[in-house]
Amino acid sequence: MSDTAQKPRPQFRNINVTDLMHYRLPMAGKVSILHRISGAALFLCLPLLIALFAMSFSSEAGFASMSKVTGHPLMKLILLGLIWGYLHHFCAGIRYLVLDLHIGVDKESAAKSASAVMGASLALTLVFGLKLFGVW
Amino acid sequence: MAAIEKIGTKRLVVGAHYGTGEYIIQRVTAIILAIYTLVLLVGILTMSGFTYAGWKNLFTFTTFDIPVGQVLASLAMLSLAWHAWIGIRDIWMDYVKPVGIRLFLLVLTILWLAGSVVYFVHTLWRN
Repeated sequence: MSDTAQKPRPQFRNINVTDLMHYRLPMAGKVSILHRISGAALFLCLPLLIALFAMSFSSEAGFASMSKVTGHPLMKLILLGLIWGYLHHFCAGIRYLVLDLHIGVDKESAAKSASAVMGASLALTLVFGLKLFGVW
Repeated sequence: MAAIEKIGTKRLVVGAHYGTGEYIIQRVTAIILAIYTLVLLVGILTMSGFTYAGWKNLFTFTTFDIPVGQVLASLAMLSLAWHAWIGIRDIWMDYVKPVGIRLFLLVLTILWLAGSVVYFVHTLWRN
């Protein structure tokens, strides 16, 4: 606390919701809030995913109708969002587990690993996305 | 180091414990889910074509008559629900301050997750 007095830093306290747009977060901050958002989205869509699983699991015909339901473009878009959500939550989660072990907690390493998480989850989403849309 | 001396007079005691249990459970369930995700992924990738029989086998395979596939999937679902409970609980605690609304959302979260567990486990063990 003593050395902050010499060099006053800009403070952002009780920022309004409208300030969020031009409040620049560092990469680690972006990974963090997206970790929370993706977790919340997966929580909200859990019954939908179980319903799809139930359909696919019930019978050969159910499996076929699940393929039909997930073939709809709108459904594919929702699934792509959830795939990204799962992958981001997974990659960012592993980063947090490593940070919990006090590995890579310095500013530079943390910034690097945050960028790596962002890149890895987006790259994996692209791979799964191409598979989902039948390109590959 | 002056700040340390103030612990005891400034520290606010808010409950019986400081969430260490939840902290550990959130991480343990995360590891369980990560491992199960990789197991499923390997199972899907080593499948000969994405068929109903192969898909069903991932969740119903047995070893010495023990329903390992169903037990693993059920354990993963319980881990997921417990993990999500801690995460969503944290979201409500961070953003929702009025006690009444927060309690309502916490109860709703429990019902949402408990319902999901029942729905999934029932589907899994039905046949």
